[in-house]
Amino acid sequence: MAGLELLSDQGYRVDGRRAGELRKIQARMGVFAQADGSAYIEQGNTKALAVVYGPHEIRGSRARALPDRALVNCQYSSATFSTGERKRRPHGDRKSCEMGLQLRQTFEAAILTQLHPRSQIDIYVQVLQADGGTYAACVNAATLAVLDAGIPMRDFVCACSAGFVDGTALADLSHVEEAAGGPQLALALLPASGQIALLEMDARLHEDHLERVLEAAAQAARDVHTLLDRVVRQHVREASILLGD
Amino acid sequence: MCRIFSHISSLKVALRHGHICNFKEDLRVDGRGCEDYRCVEVETDVVSNTSGSARVKLGHTDILVGVKAEMGTPKLEKPNEGYLEFFVDCSANATPEFEGRGGDDLGTEIANTLYRIFNNKSSVDLKTLCISPREHCWVLYVDVLLLECGGNLFDAISIAVKAALFNTSIPRVRVLEDEEGSKDIELSDDPYDCIRLSVENVPCIVTLCKIGYRHVVDATLQEEACSLASLLVSVTSKGVVTCMRKVGKGSLDPESIFEMMETGKRVGKVLHASLQSVLHKEESLGPKRQKVGFLG
Repeated sequence: MAGLELLSDQGYRVDGRRAGELRKIQARMGVFAQADGSAYIEQGNTKALAVVYGPHEIRGSRARALPDRALVNCQYSSATFSTGERKRRPHGDRKSCEMGLQLRQTFEAAILTQLHPRSQIDIYVQVLQADGGTYAACVNAATLAVLDAGIPMRDFVCACSAGFVDGTALADLSHVEEAAGGPQLALALLPASGQIALLEMDARLHEDHLERVLEAAAQAARDVHTLLDRVVRQHVREASILLGD
Repeated sequence: MCRIFSHISSLKVALRHGHICNFKEDLRVDGRGCEDYRCVEVETDVVSNTSGSARVKLGHTDILVGVKAEMGTPKLEKPNEGYLEFFVDCSANATPEFEGRGGDDLGTEIANTLYRIFNNKSSVDLKTLCISPREHCWVLYVDVLLLECGGNLFDAISIAVKAALFNTSIPRVRVLEDEEGSKDIELSDDPYDCIRLSVENVPCIVTLCKIGYRHVVDATLQEEACSLASLLVSVTSKGVVTCMRKVGKGSLDPESIFEMMETGKRVGKVLHASLQSVLHKEESLGPKRQKVGFLG
């Protein structure tokens, strides 16, 4: 590849990470008081906010209500200043709609929707700064927000992206690595069972390599789970101190 | 907001019995006086890929503003000035009613108000944004993101816009002209070599809500629900009024408008003074400052 070297001979990436290393993750639950659940996550320079409302009565047309389970409604938007070049619209464009659908698919697989028939759960995700791996950051933030809202889930949903450069699988791609082209894999994992909630792969990759890339993404997602679990436990501990138990 | 409106009838009863404000004592439900703001939290430089950004939290109202400087062509009628563009995104984060295009009306209303309060020569020195007359200038895109509403949106947004403009740094460029007369724009190599805007005369909005026979500043959602009309005054740090608007479905009599304007000026000056001191304090800490953002 001309110009930028994504992986040095010593095995370091552009930002100094090893191949399977994640960027620094910092997260917080319960950011807003008025929403039922909310969370904020920073993965490197990618920053995302997620807010959950519900389960509540179906808004708008009653015809949308599902008799046997809850309707999961997702909206993805990214702030006009989140990208390098200013965006004209925060949501409603093709990429945002697609991302909304992907999030919906992911969370329908994880939330125990049959417990709340004829109701609706809203998940709104807002990207404040985009530096690669926005889908993963959104899923991780939304998981924390759903947990904060106290909505029963099968398991955490942990997401991570992975790429493939010079015969090595790279976990948690940054914007520079994404922009260089090459194969990209987005994975949402239910870590306890090892089930996959969403899998998407762009560009061309030889079948023989797929397993390695998948394993790198899954391992990264399991690492994310460890971190998110710590955040949730910390949050619950703080909340219980406030309640005085 | 929806939750408030379900309680509105009981609130109106409370108002009739004088529960929302005890005006004789100058005391409101949350213990504030009629001219007191809630605690305002301001943090600048929260989004690193913008030219300037700020987050303001006023009670439950949470605002994030990002300013991006992009190169554009000056407007025909003002060939030697740059310009500001405002955009307000009422995200679904704030309330589910804003989902899809639900927040567009409110967003446009706020953006238009921002255009109006900046529509005078003194607010921002637009000549500093000019690179070469009639050809190139800086366009500052001021994007407001509404994350949570807890009343008094206009004031919070104007404070956030002022803080973000204060934080804005625009790279310095030089125009080089060769013998044939073709121009070349050269960007400075030093990332610290930049222009800062003077925000001395940037106005802030003070909204005065008429409740009963009195008016209050910085109304909460509950207080806004009780007020029939409010007056929005944009004041500079010297107490100059740059714009005034009446909002709400009720009516105001002229006498009370003058009274409210006086209060607005008085409160606005104090607000500016404290905002200025906070911004300068944060600036003086420099890169050593611990960034909190949404993690704190």
